[in-house]
Amino acid sequence: MFDAVVTNLPFLMGGFWVTVKLAFFALAGGIPLGILVGLGRISTNKWVYYPVTFYVNVIRNIPLILVIFWFYFVMPIIIGSPLDPFPSAVISFIIFEATYFGEIIRAGYQSVSKGQIEAGYSTGLTYTQTTRYILIPIALRRMLPSLITQSIVTYQDTCLAFVIGLPEFIRRARIVDTLEVRSIQLFGFVAIVFFITCYIGSVISRRFEVKAEQGG
Amino acid sequence: MFLRGIMLGLAYEFDWSVLWRNPYGMYLLKGIWVTLQLGLIGWVIALSLGVLIGTMRISPWRWLRFLGGAYVELFRNVPFMVQLFFWYYAGPMLFGPSLEKSINSIIGLNYYVAIIALGMYTASRVAEHTRAGFSSISRDHYHAGLSTGLTHPQMYRYVIIPYALRIIIPPLTTEFLTIFKNSSIAMTIGVLETTFMSYKIDSETFHGLEATTGACLIYLALGLTIVRLMGILESRLRIPGMIGR
Repeated sequence: MFDAVVTNLPFLMGGFWVTVKLAFFALAGGIPLGILVGLGRISTNKWVYYPVTFYVNVIRNIPLILVIFWFYFVMPIIIGSPLDPFPSAVISFIIFEATYFGEIIRAGYQSVSKGQIEAGYSTGLTYTQTTRYILIPIALRRMLPSLITQSIVTYQDTCLAFVIGLPEFIRRARIVDTLEVRSIQLFGFVAIVFFITCYIGSVISRRFEVKAEQGG
Repeated sequence: MFLRGIMLGLAYEFDWSVLWRNPYGMYLLKGIWVTLQLGLIGWVIALSLGVLIGTMRISPWRWLRFLGGAYVELFRNVPFMVQLFFWYYAGPMLFGPSLEKSINSIIGLNYYVAIIALGMYTASRVAEHTRAGFSSISRDHYHAGLSTGLTHPQMYRYVIIPYALRIIIPPLTTEFLTIFKNSSIAMTIGVLETTFMSYKIDSETFHGLEATTGACLIYLALGLTIVRLMGILESRLRIPGMIGR
């Protein structure tokens, strides 16, 4: 039943590995940049707030596929030489996903009530201590489910690197399919692998959601 | 196109006229038209199917709830592009060898597949918002509806759905924006929408940067227009006495 998948398994899983690596780098860059974006969005300095808000609103209105293309076209002009599809894709994912992570972080920060912060100060905690022991733990617990969900979305989004010719999971399934014409099992296999990995992620996210509600 | 980068050095000369010059301006206009079709027709499917499935998820019958839940999990946990590829390449095979040929000979098959796939994918997200909207309505509304003598379907049709739909308009606005952005993925199966057209301009003129920048501006304008329109709709349909902005 899955004969074409079995015979090409090393090739396909090599593609899956590219997808995983892509997701890893996208998150490793996207979350830290997202924290900066989130901080910029709650900043009271208008020289920080407006440029960051502009960046977020522009990127969030553009399809990711176009962002990938755009960076693929712009990178050779900036650095003067052609760039591999992989780093080009990683850069576009970081720039794109950071806006989504930034909004989650902003929402998490804003969900902490002023009263809780003031309570911290009134018990004699310093600014750093209030941030460390009150703000961050509460905000983090509320953000965690959305952060996990967005990480799953990022992982799913990595397949769009297909368009600049990166030999990731789907590209490889497509290559095997043009040779063997076993579309049902090949794309079915890709779908099953994505389903299982994402489903596990969503179960974890839901567990944290329940925890956040109990603790919040 | 991968070798093209090598020929392209520091001396890049911008040529913005690829955005309006004949025939490229026409390409983009045609692309916008297809993007609008994909988004709007896909949205009709997504909304009707999504509300139906969202309603199934809160129905009193266990197997209906299970069916709705399975649909949502399945479509949310598989990337849209994989779904698109599955329906486009494997979909016709599911009908058996004799029908497969006639399905594959349909002109513009990729266009129809893209609309249906887009609608079905977005439906799973609409269903989740619908379910959340329903669960935010207090039990009293259900009981009040039933106690006035309405049957179950009537209660949903006249009391719950009109009410829930208005509660979920803000999250649905986001989904409506997303469906236009997701429609760009249809280019991977060769649908001639805006992103595909900007890519096509690149392959004909080597001015991909200008073409994709133009496409970005198109999506940006589309997004801002939708936000404006939905803002008007939201204020028109707002339930009196509920959260004002």
